[in-house]
Amino acid sequence: MTDPTRLTAAQTAAAIASGTLTAVEVAEAHLARIEAVDEKVNAFLHVDREGALARARAVDEKRERGEKLGPLAGVPLALKDIFTTEGVPTTVGSRILEGWLPPYDATLVQRLRDADIVVLGKANMDEFAMGSSTENSAYGPTGNPWDLTRIPGGSGGGSAAALAAYEAPLAIGTDTGGSIRQPAAMTGTVGVKPTYGAVSRYGMVAFSSSLDQGGPCARTVLDAALLHEAIAGHDPLDSTSIDRPVPPVVEAARSADVKGLRVGVVKEFAGEGYQAGVMQRFTESVELLRELGAEVTEISCPSFDKALAAYYLIAPSECSSNLARFDAMRYGLRVGDDGTRSAEEVTALTREAGFGAEVKRRIMLGTYALSSGYYDAYYGSAQKVRTLITRDFEKAFEQVDVLVSPTSPTTAFPIGERADDPMAMYLADLCTIPTNLAGNAAMSLPCGLAPEDGLPVGLQIIAPAMADDRLYRVGAAVEAALTARWGHPLLEEAPAL
Amino acid sequence: MPGITREEVAHLARLSRLELKDEELDHFAGQLDVIIGAVARVSDVADEDVPPTSHPLPLTNVMRADEVRPSLTPEQALSGAPAQEQQRFKVPQILGED
Repeated sequence: MTDPTRLTAAQTAAAIASGTLTAVEVAEAHLARIEAVDEKVNAFLHVDREGALARARAVDEKRERGEKLGPLAGVPLALKDIFTTEGVPTTVGSRILEGWLPPYDATLVQRLRDADIVVLGKANMDEFAMGSSTENSAYGPTGNPWDLTRIPGGSGGGSAAALAAYEAPLAIGTDTGGSIRQPAAMTGTVGVKPTYGAVSRYGMVAFSSSLDQGGPCARTVLDAALLHEAIAGHDPLDSTSIDRPVPPVVEAARSADVKGLRVGVVKEFAGEGYQAGVMQRFTESVELLRELGAEVTEISCPSFDKALAAYYLIAPSECSSNLARFDAMRYGLRVGDDGTRSAEEVTALTREAGFGAEVKRRIMLGTYALSSGYYDAYYGSAQKVRTLITRDFEKAFEQVDVLVSPTSPTTAFPIGERADDPMAMYLADLCTIPTNLAGNAAMSLPCGLAPEDGLPVGLQIIAPAMADDRLYRVGAAVEAALTARWGHPLLEEAPAL
Repeated sequence: MPGITREEVAHLARLSRLELKDEELDHFAGQLDVIIGAVARVSDVADEDVPPTSHPLPLTNVMRADEVRPSLTPEQALSGAPAQEQQRFKVPQILGED
C-alpha cells in the first residue's frame, strides 16, 4: 500500500472520498511520521494528537453517513503558531505567550474546520514572525529537511519544513515580507502570499498590520490552490478583509496554460548578491516559459531598490505599536510582580524576559522611526517609497500579466551564519518585500537545485491584486513542465531523514 | 544622520517598556546604528509631490448596527490573565502611594 505521507493533498482527499484510505489512517500515518522525524526537524511546537484524531474520526463518520465531503476533507495540515486555536497552545514562537490557551479560534481556523481539514498541530516560526531563518524561535530553530544544518527559511520555516519532511501535505503560513515564499524557496515547496485582504487576519497575531497576510503552503501548485479556496473570502470580523469573490484559483491551477501570456522579468532582481546557481535556474525557468508559449519581456521597477529600506521602517513601526499589547496584564507572562514594583516596571521586566533579541531590536527601531523629529525623515519617507513601488507595479502590469524573479537571492544558508548580522539576514527577503508593500499577490515554486550546493531554488511569480488565479495558471504550467523534465517532483531528490 | 549612542538606546528602551541589560545596550547600539544607516536612504525620495501610502487598501470607517452579539464570557476573557480578582484583571500598582 502507498505510504499516505507521500501523497499530495488532492490524492489524499480522493483516497478518503473513495474509501481507499480512512481519514484516521491518514492522520495516524502523519502523526507517526512526526514522531519519527520531528526531533531532528523541529517543525512542530505543539502536536494536537487527540484533536487531530477526533477531527479525522468525524470525517470518516461523515463519509459513512453518505454526506458530501469537501475537496480537502480529511487532509492533514500544519498550522503556523501565529493563529489562535481555542484551548490549544498558541505561542507565536515567543516565551511571552508560553502556555497561553486562547479562548477563541481565528477565522482561518474556523474555515479549516468547515473544510474538514485535520489540523495536526502548531508549526514553529520566528518569534512574532520576525525573521528570515526560523532561528529566532524561542523554542529552538527548525532544520531544513534538505540539510538539517541549514535554515528552512523564515519566518514560516516550521510550516515549510513540515511539508518537505512529509510530516504534512498542507500547511498555513503568514507573509509580512516574504515569510511564506522565502521558506518555500528554501525547502523546495510551494508557497503563496494571496492579495492583501484576501484571507482573514482575525485571530492572527498582528506583527505589521498593513503587510501581514496569511496564505497556503503545499508541495504542489494544485494543493496550494485547493487550500487557497478553503481559507480565502470575506470576513466581517476583519475590517481589512476584501468583500469580493475569490478568484478561480483551482480552475487556473488545472488549466496550466501560459500561451500568449505576457511575462515580465524584473530587471532589478539580479546582480551583486545573487548566487550564480540561483540565477542559472531562474534564467532556465524564463526560457521554459518562452518555450511554453509565453511572451517574455524585461521590465524595470526602479523604486524596488528602496523597498528593503522602506520595509525595515514600516514593519518595525507597526510592530512597536502592535506589540504594546504584551504588557503582562491581560495574558501571557508576568515577571517581577513582587508587590513593590509598579505596573510600568513589571511590564518592562516582563517584556525584557519574554521577548527575544530580534523582537526587541524591531520594537526599538520602530519606536525610533516614529519618534518626534525623526517621523518625517523615516516613517513618512518610507510611506512615500511605498507609493512609488505601487506605481512601479501599476506601470509594469500595464505591459505584462505577471512578473517573475528569483524568490530569494541565495539558497538556504547555514544555521547561525547571519545570526549577528541583521542587515545580512534582512537581504534574504529582498525580492519578496515589494509585493507586501503594494499588497498584490505572489507565489514561490521550486525551479531546480543550485548546482554549487544542491539546494532548492525558488521561482517567484507576482500578479496584480485580486488576480491570484494568474499565479496558479503560470505556476502549474511551470511545475508540469519541470516535473516532466526531471521525471519526478523535485522534493523526491531530498535526502531521507 | 547622528549615530545611535548607548544613551539613546537606553532612552528608546524606556519608551519601548524594555528593561534592557547593560550588555544589550552596547550590542543594540551598534546594530541599530548600522540598520538606521542602511534604511536612511528612504529620505532620498522626500519629494513633496509623492503622497504617502499607509495601507494597500483604501480603508474607510465602517459602522455597524448597535446590536448585542455573542462574545467571550468574563471567564473566557480572563482565562489567560496572569492574575485576576472579582472578575477583573488584577494589575500591580499603577499610582504611587503618595
